Amino acid sequence: MLSVEEINEIAAETAHYPKREAGCIDALKIVQRHRGWISDESVRDIAVHLGMSPTDVDSVATFYNLIYRKPVGRHVISICDSVSCWIMGYEHMRKHLHERLGIGFGETTPDNRFTLLPSVCLGCCDHAPAMMVDSDLHSDLDPQKIDAQLENYK
Amino acid sequence: MTAKLEKPLTQDMHADGSALDLPGYERAGGYQAIRRVLSGGMAPKAVTEEVKNANLRGRGGAGFQTGLKWSFVPLGKEAANPTYLIVNADEMEPGTFKDRLLLERNPHQLIEGALIAGYAIEADIAYIFLRGEYTLAAERISRAIAEAYERHYLGKNILGSGYSMELHLHLSGGRYICGDETGLLNALEGKRANPRSKPPFPPVVGLFGKPTVVNNVETLSCVPHIINNGAAWFRSLGRTQDAGTKLFGVSGKVKRPGLWELPIGTTIREILEEHAGGMREGLKFRGALPGGTSTPFVVEEHLDTPMDFSEMQKVGSRIGTGTMIVLDDQTCPVGMTANLIHFFAQESCGYCTPCWSGLGWADRILKSMEDGHGQADDLTKLAFQAKMWAPGNTFCALAPGAADPLETALKYFRGDFERHIREHRCPWR
Repeated sequence: MLSVEEINEIAAETAHYPKREAGCIDALKIVQRHRGWISDESVRDIAVHLGMSPTDVDSVATFYNLIYRKPVGRHVISICDSVSCWIMGYEHMRKHLHERLGIGFGETTPDNRFTLLPSVCLGCCDHAPAMMVDSDLHSDLDPQKIDAQLENYK
Repeated sequence: MTAKLEKPLTQDMHADGSALDLPGYERAGGYQAIRRVLSGGMAPKAVTEEVKNANLRGRGGAGFQTGLKWSFVPLGKEAANPTYLIVNADEMEPGTFKDRLLLERNPHQLIEGALIAGYAIEADIAYIFLRGEYTLAAERISRAIAEAYERHYLGKNILGSGYSMELHLHLSGGRYICGDETGLLNALEGKRANPRSKPPFPPVVGLFGKPTVVNNVETLSCVPHIINNGAAWFRSLGRTQDAGTKLFGVSGKVKRPGLWELPIGTTIREILEEHAGGMREGLKFRGALPGGTSTPFVVEEHLDTPMDFSEMQKVGSRIGTGTMIVLDDQTCPVGMTANLIHFFAQESCGYCTPCWSGLGWADRILKSMEDGHGQADDLTKLAFQAKMWAPGNTFCALAPGAADPLETALKYFRGDFERHIREHRCPWR
């Protein structure tokens, strides 16, 4: 069941469009903000709420990379793997993160603290390599800086 | 706006990185252009005509004439209702970091540009389609929209003129393909962002089937300055036949990676050497993607080419987004090409076969080459695939945009590809 809060937030977004189903991506993002990820139940709830079929909602949910159809940890690390970061040492940062966290891409640490994902260019190319942790951008990375920054996310 | 006009887009930004708020923007002469237009100074058609005369070309990569795009929208009582204006703030072209600056540091300049564009096409509703990762921009744009509503620059009967426009911020759910004009329309409709078959084009049949103009952030940010200072002034800013200033950026192993507002037509060499400080000690320049990943490589012999829409085309490349990615002599060109093609393969929406199938194939070939398993006929296969991605074989420009760097990499760095195959290894590893 969607919460009253979620329903109200979704209503604020759907008001911007002539059709309710246009608010599908907004609804997915709102529910994810409250619950961390989009479960099968959430897909069904959103479908009913917007008058769509669950299949249509799921096809949208699985298309967009910022919508998580699996549970994620308390913090999501998205490391940029695009060309400028690649030139500036992405591979080294990626290996460091794998080693430090003991997980690969798409995986979550056993303590549920971090999920690690690759990301398309974060638009921070003059300060590459870059990554985001949740909604925070971190740039000019090196292994020491990564270690120091991750300490801020418990 | 003020005396120093060479850098209209960036001159009023705060040096400390904070956003120019509404009072600050007004003090710098902001919202004068929309006031003039709305107080009866210019009819919608006259605004479009001025922008056409200014020779403003789209700053999102394609370089389409902005005024011409606006002129395709039906006006008047017979026009379909509503008409939409969309700000494409889905900056996701790898190596591109220019719209972020305009969004974070001068959001009202963009809102005023959107208002003037909206007035010119008689738009009722506007959306800013912003990529989800631009969290600081989202915060600042939201605040600026609220400020503009408070001062009656947005909403019903703006400044008592009778013109009304609502402006909403939409935060994207991700995926590069949303930056494509019609992919973006489907995303705004809450669907998968598969680009549409064209024609019809969005100015006639766009969002929810209504007339829609989609313009890039930097393009719209130029508009208030054109109205304030005139088309002739804007044209005089360029160093070649193209008009205006442009945000130029450099990333890669140069001494000072960064972003600068310069006259359009500034040469690649000047941007690279004077502004980015040249290559880092001990490194040599081998090539560059001049305007994001979808533009053809340029090499040493092209360095004196002016970065504009026409001159770059003469040397087989494009200005694209104006943010260049530099390849140095200690970075593997095959590895770089593999990274680019992997990106395009991953970001294909999966609709057109040459794109989803061919890019995946090329991605696997390049990866195996990097891993030392290259085959004698790999380069023929890659060239064949790139040919299949030509414009017209797919709905959108993603696959053609992948063909450009691949074909030019095969041309300029052929020896490096051959060496990978011959030696069964990447010589840089």
